[in-house]
Amino acid sequence: MGKIFFFAALALVVVSGLIFAPAEAKLAIHPMDQFQVSALFGDHISWYTPTNVTLWMALAVAAVFALLVLGSSRRAIVPGRAQSVAELAYGFIYKMVEDVAGKDGVKFFPYIMTLFMFIVMANFLGLIPGSFTTTSHIAVTAVLAALVFVTVTVVGFVKNGVGFLGLFWVSSAPLALRPILAIIELISYFVRPVSHSIRLAGNVMAGHAVLKVFAGFAAALGMFSFLPIFAITAVYALEVLVAFIQAYVFTILTCVYLKDALHPSH
Amino acid sequence: MASNTQEAAHGGGSAMPQLDFSTFGNQIFWLVVALVVIYLILSRVALPRIAAVLAERQGTITNDLAAAEDLKAKAVEAENAYNKALADARAETQRIAAETRAEIQAGLDEAIAKADEQIAAKAAESEKAIAEIKAGALESVKAVATDTAEALVVALGGSADKDAIAKAVAERTKG
Repeated sequence: MGKIFFFAALALVVVSGLIFAPAEAKLAIHPMDQFQVSALFGDHISWYTPTNVTLWMALAVAAVFALLVLGSSRRAIVPGRAQSVAELAYGFIYKMVEDVAGKDGVKFFPYIMTLFMFIVMANFLGLIPGSFTTTSHIAVTAVLAALVFVTVTVVGFVKNGVGFLGLFWVSSAPLALRPILAIIELISYFVRPVSHSIRLAGNVMAGHAVLKVFAGFAAALGMFSFLPIFAITAVYALEVLVAFIQAYVFTILTCVYLKDALHPSH
Repeated sequence: MASNTQEAAHGGGSAMPQLDFSTFGNQIFWLVVALVVIYLILSRVALPRIAAVLAERQGTITNDLAAAEDLKAKAVEAENAYNKALADARAETQRIAAETRAEIQAGLDEAIAKADEQIAAKAAESEKAIAEIKAGALESVKAVATDTAEALVVALGGSADKDAIAKAVAERTKG
């Protein structure tokens, strides 16, 4: 019985595919259109214009507010679902800061929590079909990484004075090698914000572009569109993972850099 | 559509909107606004509240554990009291049993002594009666022997000396 239904449905799909297939299947894929910054009202974009960036950042702020403030508003001893997630996020980042950056890194916890919550919410909101992903833009992730870089450098010099330069002077290496290592360390230190920002934006952008490419295939292939749709499902699952992992990676690297600033000795 | 006009508006430059520098100011401005707002929400409301809830929970758990420890100690105490009461009751039972046994033994001893006394009295009485009977019988034997001896002496033609006969009979019946 089930088999008959299955073949009937399959036949229906094939026939409808033949009937409703686009007359000329043209491959019109614009994977980068989804990253377009556009004004919500009017056409002109200046620095204060409300754009789709504004909208989706506001939604990320609202999501953070909903999870951490509304979710914990009952202050229950035995937490409900939202409060459990809020506490889980709190405990996750708090423990990360404490473990990686050390006890004296804990006073930077609200700062790091801000970065994590913004990135993770922006990433997940970006997975809503038709949404705009703010973290897919280099401008956004570069500012995030630059904030970390500047903070870490300032904290390093304030905490350790000139001793912070010991970070570049590998005292465990032979004396002759130390100047060379110092140059390498210095370069790697200044490359940090670049890799830090491009890693996040690159991962998010690539995933979303791949989804869009497969969606274009699905539109062009007519009855065989189920193949790219399967692929989209798989890639989407991967993207859900990436959305969290990239937020996690960004945050834990921030903690690692902070640890260097607080304890510069190798 | 919109993207085309936009690209046209921005010189139709790169294929990557990420590299469209004309929107950088806008993005950075709104990013800073968003970060500041999130930071204020977190540091003023969310994080202190969650920290308080977690601390409160930790406190509740610690209190509950202490209370449980207390109750456990009380249970152990109650068990000890119960065991002590049980041991006391057992000792009391044994004491009462021993007392009762001693009482019974005393009554028994008294009764036995009384019975012994009575038996001894009866035995003395009987002995006395037997001695009397024995003495009576001995007297009778003496009388009969005297009479018989007298008669024999007379029959043999002698004259009976009563004193001699009595002396002889007494001598013979002594042993």
